[in-house]
Amino acid sequence: MVERHSGTVYNLALRMMGNPQEAEEVLQETFISAFRGLARFEGRSQLGTWLYRIAYNAALMRLRRRELPVTSIEEPLTNEDGELIPRQLVDWSALPDEMLINQELRGVLERAIATLPETLRVVFVLRDIEGLSTAETADVVGLTQTNVKVRLHRARLALREKLGEYFAPAAALSAASQGLPGGERHVRVV
Amino acid sequence: MSELCEHALGPLSEFVDGELNPGLCAEIERHLVECGNCRVVVDTLRRTITLYRDHGHEGVPQDAKDRLYAVLRVEQECRAGG
Repeated sequence: MVERHSGTVYNLALRMMGNPQEAEEVLQETFISAFRGLARFEGRSQLGTWLYRIAYNAALMRLRRRELPVTSIEEPLTNEDGELIPRQLVDWSALPDEMLINQELRGVLERAIATLPETLRVVFVLRDIEGLSTAETADVVGLTQTNVKVRLHRARLALREKLGEYFAPAAALSAASQGLPGGERHVRVV
Repeated sequence: MSELCEHALGPLSEFVDGELNPGLCAEIERHLVECGNCRVVVDTLRRTITLYRDHGHEGVPQDAKDRLYAVLRVEQECRAGG
């Protein structure tokens, strides 16, 4: 159980708490709670989902005790439905991995995800990083599947905007180095 | 972004996840052929997802895992002794 699920528990805790010390404390708390309550596990959900729910609740309680101000992305441009309207229209999708990694990719990804509100971040971590299904994610965080989809979409759009801010200059440089004036082939700015 | 773009971008996550119904999917694909901006959004959204899938997971550090097993051993011994 530990070998199979500790990675996801730890990563979820790390993204929620924002530091490895507290992530480790949540990790330990989760497995101790699980060992103590294993007899009560009724098998209505998968063991993993049950564990992640324990971890999610443990991290949430810590965050509430901490009374951290809610982090939020900078005022987004939204339409009438509250959906984020994309502002970053520079195409960095064709940049090679090596170039992104040279830009200290992990740090970039971490800084971007840390700017998400916790409610979006948790859904994104479970669905897109840890690969849980929409139904499993809904089960862990106690939301409807529709709400999970809405939050996932908002998280993805917000992260795309953030990564665009980081990678757009590299995309422009890459286009320029290939002798494309203004980078028309790779960079489309409106 | 035009109204048409906003209409196309609404269900974009389901589109890139391949969970959209075929009719709406075809509608978005037609729009993407004509709209460069929306193609950029789709391509960079896909790349965002794959970057996090490939590089976003932070595993448990070995020393943290060792401490976890130690704590669980103590817990087991306490229960066995109690």
